[in-house]
Amino acid sequence: MAAMRERIRIASGQGFWGDLLTAPYDQVTKGPVDYLVMDYLAEVTMSIMQKQKRRDPRLGYARDFIPLMERILPIIVEKGITVITNGGGVNPESCRDALFEIAAKAGIGDLKIGVVLGDDILGDLQELNARGIPLDNMETGEKLAVVAERLVSANVYFGAWPIVEALSGGAQVIITGRTTDTGLTLAPMIYEFGWKADEWDKMAAGTVAGHILECGGQASGGNFSAAWASVPDLARIGFPIAEAFPDASVVITKHEGTGGLVSEQTVKEQLLYEIGDPSRYITPDCIADFTSINLEDAGENRVKVFGVKGSAPTDSYKVSMSYADGYTSVGALTYAWPDALEKARAADRILRDRLSALGLSFEEVRTEFVGYDSCHGPLSAPETEINEVVLRIGVRGRDFKAVERFGMEIAPLILTGPPGVTGFAGGRPKPSEVISYWPALMPKTAVTPRVVLARGGAGAR
Amino acid sequence: MKLRLIQIAHARSGDKGDTANVGVIARKKEYYPILVKYLTVDRVALHFRGITFGKVERFELPNLWALNFLLHHSLGGGGTRSLKNDAQGKTLSSAMLRMELDIEESVSL
Repeated sequence: MAAMRERIRIASGQGFWGDLLTAPYDQVTKGPVDYLVMDYLAEVTMSIMQKQKRRDPRLGYARDFIPLMERILPIIVEKGITVITNGGGVNPESCRDALFEIAAKAGIGDLKIGVVLGDDILGDLQELNARGIPLDNMETGEKLAVVAERLVSANVYFGAWPIVEALSGGAQVIITGRTTDTGLTLAPMIYEFGWKADEWDKMAAGTVAGHILECGGQASGGNFSAAWASVPDLARIGFPIAEAFPDASVVITKHEGTGGLVSEQTVKEQLLYEIGDPSRYITPDCIADFTSINLEDAGENRVKVFGVKGSAPTDSYKVSMSYADGYTSVGALTYAWPDALEKARAADRILRDRLSALGLSFEEVRTEFVGYDSCHGPLSAPETEINEVVLRIGVRGRDFKAVERFGMEIAPLILTGPPGVTGFAGGRPKPSEVISYWPALMPKTAVTPRVVLARGGAGAR
Repeated sequence: MKLRLIQIAHARSGDKGDTANVGVIARKKEYYPILVKYLTVDRVALHFRGITFGKVERFELPNLWALNFLLHHSLGGGGTRSLKNDAQGKTLSSAMLRMELDIEESVSL
């Protein structure tokens, strides 16, 4: 390995599956970066991928990743940028093979890709149970047996270290399954700066940087509550970049000439996003103390993050499981002035009457009035003369037929309910499958991540 | 003096299962003690009655001039179970900022 670099630039390319598709291209073309990290996985994403894989064994990864990489692969190869993503989902090897195919098409030879495997334990649950690992719900305490027959996915959250292994093996692209969002960013810092696993403050600093990057533009001016109207040029928002230094200080910034904003306030908002006890932000790599984070204005669109404290992680991995849990259906109708809200309420009563006359029962029926109270509920300001309101009514139940039948009761309200109604262009709402989340813990000794390196591309086969 | 929380704070919210977290950040350092004093667990639980059906937890981050609240059982079951328009609690941050406060201190806004 060459002499240690004094600084590396890690760019966030995607904050979720469905994010701005132009962001990775902008990150690798509008300024210097060394690493591009892309987070694709939310709590229920793995279950969606598991279903896709069941239909076609070559699927089960974030398919967006392939056309996106087709556009940037020649650039990252030329510039020597390393790509790290958890978009491999439940099938990182198929994702890799698809990437080799586009590399071959683009005439790129000798591409080295690392995949991280071993997080998918759906096929090992009985064996794990037999070995005395219960995988009971860590929040409710319920026994796994309650949902065992209905499980759709089960994945262990790995941290940064398997990625570090792939980097050490020379991988230019690393595709993982369920790796923590923060591990994607921490890994290149460990690799480049030679940090040791028990340098907890450094592990925590990289983890905090990862938390800032993991939601893409949400750290650089998107969804910014302090002063949303003052954020420049959101149409061309620059995604965040972490400039990391060997002493574990980090500067959050974005490329010059891009839109958006990086300020202490935008970084603070992202730091507080989806956290629990801030003094114990637990990952497989460390426990980071968010109450130790120092922020400092370091120039225009530059915020320095330093002084982060950390401690040793627990001896457990978190396991993210999901199970089938019935069906939902949601329908909507728009009511116009006059008496928009009164008419929507009347339509809701009529619909509920009809559902009970049909003998349909549900676990829950929920009505909200979009334009009036769907966001803030009882905190909503009193109604005045509302121009229009959307009646939004949804049901959830175990009986598919009942949930499906509900969907046929929305449109009839147009001709058999209160007047001044429209907005039914989408057709009958169809039942969606509910996938519920089952978090559990397992000893780290019970599962081992596997790193596989492979070469491919033009002329490789 | 009377004020609305949005005048002295900004916020972001998100979900973990059926629990929402709301991070509330003082706009200026001198507003942080006001947040600590008036945004008590009881006050926040009262504010979110009819939305939050579980307990409310509060954590302090003086380094960021911020408080983090966990609002348990606030998202209609969370994830794909929830029938709410805002199933992920993204707008509970602004719901928090609607809060009207009557404070003993006088602060410059």
